[in-house]
Amino acid sequence: MSAQVLKDRVPLKIKNRRKSLSNQEYHPHFALTSYTWLIFILLYLPIISVIVFSFNSSKSVSNWGGFSFTWYESLFKNRVLMEDLRTTLSIAAIATVFSTIIGTLGAIGLAELNKKKPKFVNFVLSVNNLPLVNPDIVTAVSLMTLFLAIQSVLEMGYITLLLAHIAFCTPYIVIQVYPKVLSQDPSEIEAAMDLGATRRQAVMKVMIPDLMPSILSGAMLAFTMSFDDFIISYFVGGKSQNISVYIYSMKTFSPIVNALSTIIFLAIGLVVLGFQVFNSTKKKREER
Amino acid sequence: MAFHVQNVKKQKTRSNFTFNASIGGAIPLLLLLTLLVLLPFVFIFIYAITNKGESNYIYLTFDNFAQFITEPNFLRSAGMSIYFAFIATLICLVIGYPVAYFIGRSKASLRNILVMLITIPMWINMLLRILAWKQIFELFEKWMNVEIIGTDFAILFGMAYDLLPFMIIPIYTSVMKIDPSLYEASKDLGANPIKTFFKVTIPLSMPGIISGITMVFLPAATTLVVTEKLGGGKSRYFLIGNIIESYFIRQTNPYVGSAIALILSVIIFLVIFLLNRLDRTVVRDRELTTSVKKRRKA
Repeated sequence: MSAQVLKDRVPLKIKNRRKSLSNQEYHPHFALTSYTWLIFILLYLPIISVIVFSFNSSKSVSNWGGFSFTWYESLFKNRVLMEDLRTTLSIAAIATVFSTIIGTLGAIGLAELNKKKPKFVNFVLSVNNLPLVNPDIVTAVSLMTLFLAIQSVLEMGYITLLLAHIAFCTPYIVIQVYPKVLSQDPSEIEAAMDLGATRRQAVMKVMIPDLMPSILSGAMLAFTMSFDDFIISYFVGGKSQNISVYIYSMKTFSPIVNALSTIIFLAIGLVVLGFQVFNSTKKKREER
Repeated sequence: MAFHVQNVKKQKTRSNFTFNASIGGAIPLLLLLTLLVLLPFVFIFIYAITNKGESNYIYLTFDNFAQFITEPNFLRSAGMSIYFAFIATLICLVIGYPVAYFIGRSKASLRNILVMLITIPMWINMLLRILAWKQIFELFEKWMNVEIIGTDFAILFGMAYDLLPFMIIPIYTSVMKIDPSLYEASKDLGANPIKTFFKVTIPLSMPGIISGITMVFLPAATTLVVTEKLGGGKSRYFLIGNIIESYFIRQTNPYVGSAIALILSVIIFLVIFLLNRLDRTVVRDRELTTSVKKRRKA
């Protein structure tokens, strides 16, 4: 039986899955279930092994020298690495704040502008998507050529690093927030204004709180993007380097990296987990 | 009546004011996009067609393009990048599809957990994950006395591992949207599970497959970290990303590097454009058949 026959009998445009005629539950084959779990184990194998390696007192991976915190100690004593960690965190924090504000206001403004000039807004959105669809290396090179050209005015360093991070984080905020602004019910704002609020108050007290979940998830995405970034920072950092650049440029591998990785894994794991729990409880509350 | 008119007027002026205030909020974004996204691309273009002379003067030239077309190393690297990225994409598709299918068809409660488990590694720096694999490979090399680092296997494994979630996520979303009654219909009409898979599941998850391919192929072809850390320093694994790096950071000849980056971005836009077209024709095809059917019914 070919799909053509099926197509003739079953309407294929299905918008709501709940309307499906099927009430049979899906029971995957045993092989598929075990295969899936195997892939998941493989996905987490390096993360788990790094955590184990980080407590190995021996410098070489291949022999276990006993459990110790040696590498954590030397991690915190490593001045260069601590300095780079400070750079990484401060860049990520400042870039997140700036890009969240610029991106959110921009998304609200674009949604408003979309009523008058939809073509222009479409163009702006496709420019906004450039850093998202381009591989990092192209974005990195493009920013580097710009900074090379203005080198005599602005030397490559902390400021250019920060500008580059704001530039690639903002688009993530815009694509998270813009669709939510569009789908917002305009009557809510009108109601607020009918009750005597100014437009600014209506935006601040009605619109932004409504958008908060997507603003927050955008901000989190921006923070981790900035924190994790290697390629763009490598090209535009100049004198300032973040931890990724430090690790990449290390000539000989040191287990300090394992200790640092463990801390990063745990921190990011906790943040993502916390965020997921926050989201799901929020969803449940809304459903109620 | 008078009151009513007055009210309308008031509202009109108010909404006019708001209009401008809101749009004003977009100005920083527009500035940022112009100065830090569009302008840099203009600079790539300018750098690609210029070069610096001996006494620091800058002149117009097309030598930058000529230089890498005539250089066999560059063409070989470009070819190798495409070759490795193609195989890595294929591996991701073959390995990832069953997982995506499993996630897409499981119950919402299990699905949410699985999706979270897939996304967590994506949040973690790829450099760290690749270095973790490097250590595991070193361990295996000592235990089993085989060479892993600096082989095609290591490169492909690194690329596929790093990008697998980007293949799984779009596919599972499109598998999820398939109405399960279609599987039953296919079964009722006499198709075996394999036939159902190839005639129903795969065609209906095509949009997901296409976006998965774009999300894997481009980063794989332009990778810098995987080849540098798992390539063992062999020139065979000196791919396009490493070439750009060497021009910009090691040799500091941004002019030739810009020419390469420019060509690369043109190719990328062509690929994305073609894949979007393909995606649209697939979708349009399907919509066409449904609309024809509706008309027939009417």
